[in-house]
Amino acid sequence: LWWHKPVIDQELLQSLPNLKVIANSGVGMDHLDLKLVASFGVKMANAPHAVSSSTADTGMALLLASARRLVEGYHIAISAGTEYWEADFLGVEVTGATLGIIGMGSIGYKIALRAKAFEMNILYHNRRRRKEQEEQAVGATYCEKIDNLLQQADFVMVVVSLTPQTHKLIGKREMELMKPTATLINISRGAVIDQEALVTALQTGVIRAAALDVTYPEPLPRDHTLLKLKNVIITPHLGIKTDKATYMITEEAVENILAALNGLPIPSEVL
Amino acid sequence: RPTIDRELLESLPNLKVIGNSGVGVDHLDLKMISNFGVKVTNTPHAVADPTADIGMALMLASARRLVEGCQIAVSPDTKYFAVDWLGVEVTRATLGIIGMGSIGYKVAQRARAFNMRILYHNRNRRRKEEEEAVGAHYCEKMEDLLQQSDFVMLVVNLTPETHKLIGKKELGLMKPTATLINISRGGVIDQDALVEALQNKVIRAAALDVTYPEPLPRDHPLLKLNNIIITPHIGTATVQAVRMMAEEAIANMLAVLNGQPIPSEV
Repeated sequence: LWWHKPVIDQELLQSLPNLKVIANSGVGMDHLDLKLVASFGVKMANAPHAVSSSTADTGMALLLASARRLVEGYHIAISAGTEYWEADFLGVEVTGATLGIIGMGSIGYKIALRAKAFEMNILYHNRRRRKEQEEQAVGATYCEKIDNLLQQADFVMVVVSLTPQTHKLIGKREMELMKPTATLINISRGAVIDQEALVTALQTGVIRAAALDVTYPEPLPRDHTLLKLKNVIITPHLGIKTDKATYMITEEAVENILAALNGLPIPSEVL
Repeated sequence: RPTIDRELLESLPNLKVIGNSGVGVDHLDLKMISNFGVKVTNTPHAVADPTADIGMALMLASARRLVEGCQIAVSPDTKYFAVDWLGVEVTRATLGIIGMGSIGYKVAQRARAFNMRILYHNRNRRRKEEEEAVGAHYCEKMEDLLQQSDFVMLVVNLTPETHKLIGKKELGLMKPTATLINISRGGVIDQDALVEALQNKVIRAAALDVTYPEPLPRDHPLLKLNNIIITPHIGTATVQAVRMMAEEAIANMLAVLNGQPIPSEV
């Protein structure tokens, strides 16, 4: 497995005149120049089905770890200087809290299903509203204006794909609308958040904490301020890194490739 | 604190009730306290949700190697994120819950939303409707649960019967790919057997919110293993839970002092 290699550029495409299809392992396509690839008559496909559960699980893992200060707690538990547990080392409650999901595609919806079992109050913001039965099944309330979601949520989870419209979707303004006790979780792409604004927000207590499985770039430069803040958890793009997901992604990619080569409809074609 | 011993009880002749904050009372000598005519109450309602949440947090963190991942993400030596660095899947895996009281049941409710297959072992079997509501299968023999589970979660209280419930034999029955999670009391696991099992990869990993003692001595082998997560007994460590425990404890104590029915007498 390689990460974003080889780079699909003009030179590579010109050198592969018989190339029929590029099957991406994963769902995000922001690293590919879709127009360029299409102009060479090459089809593209991603692997949306294989990733959604694993990514939703990562989102929940980050939400819980941040709320309950799990990583900080671990360091206290193993630290050479620890003599006793402080009684005032407290996190915030997840059960019964309000979760705002920004981006309610397959992954966002699976997060809602999981959060519902924690009796969370679920708000969501999406390009289009989901069907009523879908909303009722997870007890989700649609927020047409993202501001309403930001103002009410204890946890804000960002689950959108990266497009020109979602670039820096969450910036200074959005973070200031959030509660000072709220947590921001990003499992989409680093560029959806304005990272400098996030640093300021975390340093000045505008929001309580953040948990990021994705940053821009990945990894961050080793001297980046985000790496030094106590109220942020960063994970190395774990989203789909499980044994099962890797297997399923490969199966899905192969299925897409075979369909393309046999002139059949491609299950997960990206246009 | 304070330690409730004979000396303390003798010095407090008018003591009517000890309102414990939290649900575990294994640190109290119930017989001795009862001999002094003092009642003991706990706070089962305030603890259930946050403890179930911590169980889920530890299971997810261990499965997805979250703590290791954080270390990689911030390490000065990290140049790129390896793509073949993998954890194990939680969705659709099998969770075996040992101890299906209120907390265990809430764990089952949460795990179900991850499409987990749920097995449970308990002193008493739950009602059919309760089992069906969370899709849980009863394992009369704990061995059956241990052999089939990808994740084993301990949610019992500590009694002479559950002391070292999980030892070398039980760990040996678990899958080598399985994870052990403990949110009950450290004394439920034979810690020496656990060290050996983790060192020899008899099981994949463990995640413990509780140990014996707490904290562990700083040179304890458990602190050096890289396939273990330990947290400092934060099962009920939330702003909201601390307040609710105080409220529940006070309600119990007032009931005793006013001669009313006691909500949670032990």
